[in-house]
Amino acid sequence: MTAIALTLRRYSAGATPGQIGLALAIALFLAVFLVVPVATVIYVAFTEKGTGAFTLVNFQDFFATDLFVRSFWNSIYVSLMSVAWASAIALPLAYLTSRFEFRGSAIIQTLGFLPLIMPPFVGAVAMTLLFGRNGTLNLLLDDWLGFKIPFMEGLNGVIFVEALHYFPFILINLSAALANIDRAMEEAAQNLGCSGMRLFRRIVFPLAMPGYVAGASLVFVKVFDDLATPLLLNAKDLLAPQAYLRVTSIGIADPMGYVISVVLIAGSIAAVWLSNLALRGKDYATVQRGGGGLSRRTLKPWESAAAYAVITLILLLVLAPHLGLLILSLATVWSFSPLPDAYTLAHYARVFGDSSLYIKNTLIYAALAGTIDVIVGTAIAYLVLRTKLIGRQWLDWTAMAALAIPGVVLGIGYLRTFYGVSLPDGTPLATLWIMIVIALAIRRLPYALRACHAALQQISVSVEEAAENLGATKARTVRRVVVPLMTGGILAGFVTSFSTAAVELSATLMLVQSNSDAPLAYGLYVFMQSAAGRGPGAALGVIAVLFVALCAYASHRLVERSEKKQGAVR
Amino acid sequence: MSKAVGVNIRGVNVSYGANHVLKDVSLDIEPGEFFAFLGPSGCGKTTLLRLIAGFNHADSGEVRIGGTDVAGLPPWKRDVGMVFQSYALWPHMSVARNVAFGLEERRLPRAEIDKKVAAALELVGLSHLAQRRPSQLSGGQQQRVAVARTVAIEPKVLLLDEPLSNLDAKMRVQVRRELRDLQQRLGLTTIFVTHDQEEANTICDRIAVMNDGVVQQVGTPMELYERPANLFVANFLGTANILDGRLVDEGGRRWFEIAAGARVSVLGDAAVPAGSKLVFRPQHAGVAAAGTTSDLPGTVSHREFLGATVRYAVRVGTAEIVVDAPFQNGDGLHAPGAPVAVTLPAQAILWLSA
Repeated sequence: MTAIALTLRRYSAGATPGQIGLALAIALFLAVFLVVPVATVIYVAFTEKGTGAFTLVNFQDFFATDLFVRSFWNSIYVSLMSVAWASAIALPLAYLTSRFEFRGSAIIQTLGFLPLIMPPFVGAVAMTLLFGRNGTLNLLLDDWLGFKIPFMEGLNGVIFVEALHYFPFILINLSAALANIDRAMEEAAQNLGCSGMRLFRRIVFPLAMPGYVAGASLVFVKVFDDLATPLLLNAKDLLAPQAYLRVTSIGIADPMGYVISVVLIAGSIAAVWLSNLALRGKDYATVQRGGGGLSRRTLKPWESAAAYAVITLILLLVLAPHLGLLILSLATVWSFSPLPDAYTLAHYARVFGDSSLYIKNTLIYAALAGTIDVIVGTAIAYLVLRTKLIGRQWLDWTAMAALAIPGVVLGIGYLRTFYGVSLPDGTPLATLWIMIVIALAIRRLPYALRACHAALQQISVSVEEAAENLGATKARTVRRVVVPLMTGGILAGFVTSFSTAAVELSATLMLVQSNSDAPLAYGLYVFMQSAAGRGPGAALGVIAVLFVALCAYASHRLVERSEKKQGAVR
Repeated sequence: MSKAVGVNIRGVNVSYGANHVLKDVSLDIEPGEFFAFLGPSGCGKTTLLRLIAGFNHADSGEVRIGGTDVAGLPPWKRDVGMVFQSYALWPHMSVARNVAFGLEERRLPRAEIDKKVAAALELVGLSHLAQRRPSQLSGGQQQRVAVARTVAIEPKVLLLDEPLSNLDAKMRVQVRRELRDLQQRLGLTTIFVTHDQEEANTICDRIAVMNDGVVQQVGTPMELYERPANLFVANFLGTANILDGRLVDEGGRRWFEIAAGARVSVLGDAAVPAGSKLVFRPQHAGVAAAGTTSDLPGTVSHREFLGATVRYAVRVGTAEIVVDAPFQNGDGLHAPGAPVAVTLPAQAILWLSA
């Protein structure tokens, strides 16, 4: 008994029983809904079907099957090309905004938030209609100039849509890195005789490299894991779609889906690991004292015109999926013509009737997932920042590890793990809608956690000590002082989780068992499968875009307001 | 080393919007001189330095380096080496690569670059750290790399922007000696920007004291201390008593009355322009027991024992006068509250206006 008590005291390091209980509860939640499903996927991939003996046969099969090997290289090719094209768009924009004084910068910064709130699959079909072989642009090109550009042919389509969608990740990270460069770094080089492009190549770009690599690896992972975009563009020879098709068509007993899942996880981790390797010893932020960004100059009139031309072109491309979606949702027939034959509101009427169920489901799922995320996120942040509990960092790391798990892998893991678990009435756990909620919560937890963590970090410990000094217990201090002060961050975390969960598809696609349980994104996907469903699907997409945009705006306002309210105190 | 050149600044004005940062500044810096721009923050000293380096534009006036007007030259064509306050070492390059940078930009052959890099690092005593990254060096070492990087290109003029401000007090004393030695060895015209009078006094040949965008006075450290041109310079360099009062004629002599019953005799030939104030250094006055002299009667309000000296604050009327009296063993000290008189030799007095 004494030994146990001693051990407990050693590991708890002065924590209250309530804190230990909380830590254990979160650990259990993460273990059951993240660690076990993923471990199950890995376990199945490495064991013999039926006997459970360790084997590499499944991987041999994988690399002996043409389709899978092709999918593997296709996935890597598509991800790398997406990074390359995203860089080609982001680099000039970052250079323009960090180097020159001009109003277009604000537009570019606003663009940066589009992919954070809108997954690329939503506009994918609309992109086919605009840029496909018989899409608007190619029809016009053919008419006027007599040739077509294969934007959307095969893998090109995936690359095109993903690059357009994800380039802001590179833009944001690169711009932030450029803004952190001490101006003296640049002036010192000028002082020693360096200028122009040489200056950019030898000093500015190397210093901004960490930001670029961070953004590029994020794009790589996002594209590598994406399931819905290639499915909607009918590019099935990629890893994520293969995993999905394998499990949905052959069944959850077939090991190949699991092997592909492991390859997907390995790919994500390898990309992050490689980028860390490339950046080792190159985190320059701490070395630079001044900051303040590069010196800016105003553009000459013709330069300004050129800059605006570039920005307008990129803006048109970035907005193309959204514009296309809007047109499609209002079109009667849109095929083999630059623009639809006629316009109608019938699709909206149809989806308002049919899809109120989708919308209701989405609201319930996303709200529940967001709530779970901020509760767990706040708890983990509190345990990490305010207690000395042994192993508290592991909670943080485990929750963040969800970032590296593709949605399709989590979905497969849930199916496998919870199919065997049945409720008293015999329904398998995996088929319940609540599993969709939990999968969404796990997938979005990292975002909410970071928001809560940042909010708590800003609160001075002495504020809590003052409450305790005046007689409040730890639990009451949290409830009466800490959480109210964190409100802004918690709300931001909730809205981020909520709005991104509302349009998440990859895990959902695996877990939705019946149409009555389906959320908006799933309905959209189902509609988009058939040519006749495109109109209503697009209408649903427009509703989703507006919905998410509204949420993003609300979150922005909420954070601003709570910051203003607390501004006087801090 | 090429022959040292001078820097001549003529009637320079710089404004940022409505903010007039440099007002008609003219200075002549001699070849081979160690020159300081000294003044409080916001006085325009850094703006002036950056103007010489080419990072600013003058609205009017000219800057000549070695007789050549540099107005049209961008920073990278000026051949003036600048050591930045933050050192601005590039973290993605080794120490040797940092030092080689300027030479590479001048397209020198590799062998020559290597030789010059080795020489520059030797000069600052850092040859053994050539392969390190800047982040692996201490503040003092980083500072020396920054100097080596700049002198490696053999600039016409060396500009130092508060190079000691990021070092701790002990390092500062050591590094400023090293800078002085280096400058003497290279015979390089050097301009040093600082807000610290002690730094400027200890290493510079001449100082330009600046305030509010205007050069207040130019001179050697001694000249500035002994014969400040105005109240600002007197107050900025060292401690000074600055007393208000009025001139009165009585009994055929001129007196400067600080308060009722407290006045100082003005030397017969001293010119005292209207609006002048009475200025003197604390160590030039003395404190005597009350009644022994008629000079400036008052009471001791504070007393600080500083070892070699005793610093008294003596209240005379509404003014408070600071006096540093040398301390010898066995001296009787005047206690706070004691009635005393401040003695002030007429030669020690300066008559200054703003």
